[in-house]
Amino acid sequence: MNPLNGLGAVEEEIIRCMKCGNCQAVCPIYQELKLESSVARGKIRLAEALFKGEILATPALSERFDLCLTCLACESICPSGVKVSDIILATRRELARRKGLPWIKRALFSTLQHPRILRRGAKIAARLQDLVFRRLDSDKMQPRFPLGLERRRIFPALAPQSLLEQVEEKYSVPKPLARVALFAGCLTNYVFPGVGLATLYLLRQHRVEVVVPRSQHCCGSPLIYGGAADVVKEMARSHVALFSGFKVDAILTLCGTCGEAFHHFYPRLLQDAPGYGEKAEELAQKTMDIARFLYQLPLDRNLLKPLELTATYHQPCHLGRGLGVVQEPIELIKSVPGVRYVPLQNPARCCGNAGSFSLTHYPLSYSILTHKLKDIAATGAEVVLTGCPACRMQLLDGLSQERMPQKVWHTVELLARACGFSK
Amino acid sequence: MTLEKAIEALRRELGPQNVITAPEELICYSYDATADLPEGRPDVVVTPENTEQVVKVVKIARQFRLPIYPRGAGTNLSGGTVPLKGGIVLATVKMNRILEIDPTNLTATVQPGVIIQELNNAVAPYGLIYPPDPGTVATATMGGSVAECSGGLRGLKYGVTRNYVMGLEVVLANGEVLRCGGKTVKNVTGYDLVRLFTGSEGTLGIITEIIVRLIPAPPARETMLAGFSRLADAGNAVTQIIEHKVIPATLEIMDRVTVEVVESYARIGLPTDVAALLLIEVDGLPEVVKAEANTVKRIVAQNNGWIKTAEDEIQRENLLTARRAALPALARVKPTTILEDATVPRSKVTDMLLALEEIAKKYNLLIGTFGHAGDGNLHPTILADARDEEEMKRVRAAVEEIFRVAISLGGTLTGEHGIGVAKKRFLPWEMGETGVWVLKQIKKALDPDNLLNPGKIVDLAQEERS
Ligand SMILES: Cc1cc2nc3c(=O)[nH]c(=O)nc-3n(C[C@H](O)[C@H](O)[C@H](O)COP(=O)(O)OP(=O)(O)OC[C@H]3O[C@@H](n4cnc5c(N)ncnc54)[C@H](O)[C@@H]3O)c2cc1C
Ligand code: SF4
Ligand code: SF4
Repeated sequence: MNPLNGLGAVEEEIIRCMKCGNCQAVCPIYQELKLESSVARGKIRLAEALFKGEILATPALSERFDLCLTCLACESICPSGVKVSDIILATRRELARRKGLPWIKRALFSTLQHPRILRRGAKIAARLQDLVFRRLDSDKMQPRFPLGLERRRIFPALAPQSLLEQVEEKYSVPKPLARVALFAGCLTNYVFPGVGLATLYLLRQHRVEVVVPRSQHCCGSPLIYGGAADVVKEMARSHVALFSGFKVDAILTLCGTCGEAFHHFYPRLLQDAPGYGEKAEELAQKTMDIARFLYQLPLDRNLLKPLELTATYHQPCHLGRGLGVVQEPIELIKSVPGVRYVPLQNPARCCGNAGSFSLTHYPLSYSILTHKLKDIAATGAEVVLTGCPACRMQLLDGLSQERMPQKVWHTVELLARACGFSK
Repeated sequence: MTLEKAIEALRRELGPQNVITAPEELICYSYDATADLPEGRPDVVVTPENTEQVVKVVKIARQFRLPIYPRGAGTNLSGGTVPLKGGIVLATVKMNRILEIDPTNLTATVQPGVIIQELNNAVAPYGLIYPPDPGTVATATMGGSVAECSGGLRGLKYGVTRNYVMGLEVVLANGEVLRCGGKTVKNVTGYDLVRLFTGSEGTLGIITEIIVRLIPAPPARETMLAGFSRLADAGNAVTQIIEHKVIPATLEIMDRVTVEVVESYARIGLPTDVAALLLIEVDGLPEVVKAEANTVKRIVAQNNGWIKTAEDEIQRENLLTARRAALPALARVKPTTILEDATVPRSKVTDMLLALEEIAKKYNLLIGTFGHAGDGNLHPTILADARDEEEMKRVRAAVEEIFRVAISLGGTLTGEHGIGVAKKRFLPWEMGETGVWVLKQIKKALDPDNLLNPGKIVDLAQEERS
């Protein structure tokens, strides 16, 4: 079953919802809005209504389907095991097919889809960002004009040089323990290249040979989640071709959402594409999140020097519920001598970013974030660790606006520091 | 149009933010958790924020003769919230404040939209609990569970919702506000109205405030899992445990079908060659817990069963997983899950279980049974596919037969899920014509215009027309 083929493909999933309402207990959107249409049960009923022709593909209906973080919380609690996000994605695609996408998404998606435009655009934007954004700090900015963005929102600055511009294509090591290919992802590449550098440092310290394929581009997730899955096929195909060309043990991702694209979506998108189906499946099997890879390698404790700090961990939805990487990051964090790990009360609750959701529904996204900020404050941690650059952006925004002192790092940045990496 | 005028009046009195009319929203209030029932589309959904606004809704509804359907979380299993005849769905989601926790009188006062689990979280720091725990504690509202008189896993020892409701504020069909009961343990002033409204399924009034009794959290507990290769042995163990004056907080059974399905879904190492599993938890003072657990172990052994005890919290969680996985595991077998709750006197649990096996065979259906063996409240769960009309016919026949057997064993149509629409036509089987007549008189006295949740429990519609 491929949800990206539209509503017909998820009919079975729709029927499996027994309307028990258990999803109300965990849906962050429902908890803010308290509207039945915002919880999985209601959305599934709406998908059914669209499917059966009880209801029209109105903008109001699209708006209901935009109100989902695809955080998978409902799926993880659902007694019937309904694949809610498949239903949401199929409906979004169906609505986009019938109604078209709003211009802002069209513009964003078309940029992501064309690597060259994205590269050039990001370069220009990195140079010009100070014209439209006010720098609060060397790496934080706030919009000078509304721009269709919330003016209170604080963005991380685009890095002057992207990760791919800073690194070699290949890092050989003598007698490698493993060979891997690194997939950076857009946000790491353009906004947080330090995460990529920390990863390369760690891998080399651990005698892992790394290739960083030059012509990698956006994984396509924003388009998959935005209802534009058709055009992602091309992106999937080029990544499958590119990464299948390397003889490596694993393809590493630094973000759960990118990981899910490789792991869950490429095989489904390409299952019928001659010559690609099997390769996509193989690639999916080899794709692994950096935390899981380091944990299994395993991390060499002899390399770790003590770091005196208190840290907590926010579990990104697509990393935890999506890819099942839950314990590994925590074990890695706890293995650093000197680090006091204080868990969040509710580490797996969505931070509210959900990619373009935070652009289109900023106030709602921010109120969802508030719960996370309270949870963080209560731990007394100095550093919040996480495994997703989008969560990181969201947390940075909230922590800065609330004038909270916590720093946000990717888990690998903590480990790299403990191994002597300094940026 | 009267409807438009009514909506306009609602907007004026409640504010536009509390009046929902978009078709994309209304469709989401046309169902609840009940399987195999027709839906009904409301004309408008309102979300009042306080009692005064509820009164206004009732007055407007009276003026324009629109029915009102109170709705909490919409998790009931009898069609109680389905707006059969259009009109107003009154959702209590915005009346969700805990008004007071009174540790001296051991009471809490809450608005109807408070989630049961939230109340428990709020009273935990005082070392108190609110015991009624339906499978939906994390979603169901206090108002919905009072209106439904919900039970749960701990019913045997701690009773059900009605044993904890001490006082109510109710908006009546004429728009007046009634307060009954209070914080006193003893109260015999007038008829017992608190009990009348508890379990009234939204047909007699709209509950706007609830005073509940809290109890001290038991200091110790022991959790055990027992297996039997004969169903009758399990049934006898249940009866004998209680005969030996041990009242476990939890005494749950799972039949063979359920165990097999749970194991193939959760893979938690359950033996699949058993005819039934019992999950037993005793709680109270440490010495008492120890003595009671020993009695339980002895009785299980005497009935040819084996027993495992949880040594720590992790093992306890593992044992509980088996029971918690029952519904999820069953629900995954087929697309449609029909959850019944026929209830029999405890001494008849074995008869009921055997009858259920027979019924499954007779109608060629897959039925997994689990439930609260200790209080005779079983949940035969029929697994089917709503698209298969022929199969659904067999399902309906089987359900009827389940009710018939339960009543013939001295039991009841529903232990905790309520009558709603789903079981309305079976009511005379249990209550007789006289019983139904009494219900109707009460309904007519309090809601002569049949505005509150019409078509639930009893039907006044035919009489209205004549
Ligand atoms: C998976 C699952 C497991 C369940 N397990 C159990 C169980 O173990 N034990 C059990 O007893 N039940 C169980 N139930 C049934 C259900 O969860 C309970 O009946 C629950 O208490 C209903 O609460 P609610 O807020 O969802 O009420 P709703 O479904 O919204 O309403 C229930 C009834 O109360 C009325 N009502 C709601 N609010 C008010 C109000 N303020 N004033 C007047 N009337 C009102 C409604 O009109 C309706 O008739 C289960 C249901 C599911 C889906
Ligand atoms: S938890 Fe699953 S089955 Fe229950 S209402 Fe939500 S989506 Fe449907
Ligand atoms: S994926 Fe998250 S936001 Fe979307 S319906 Fe499920 S719980 Fe709600």
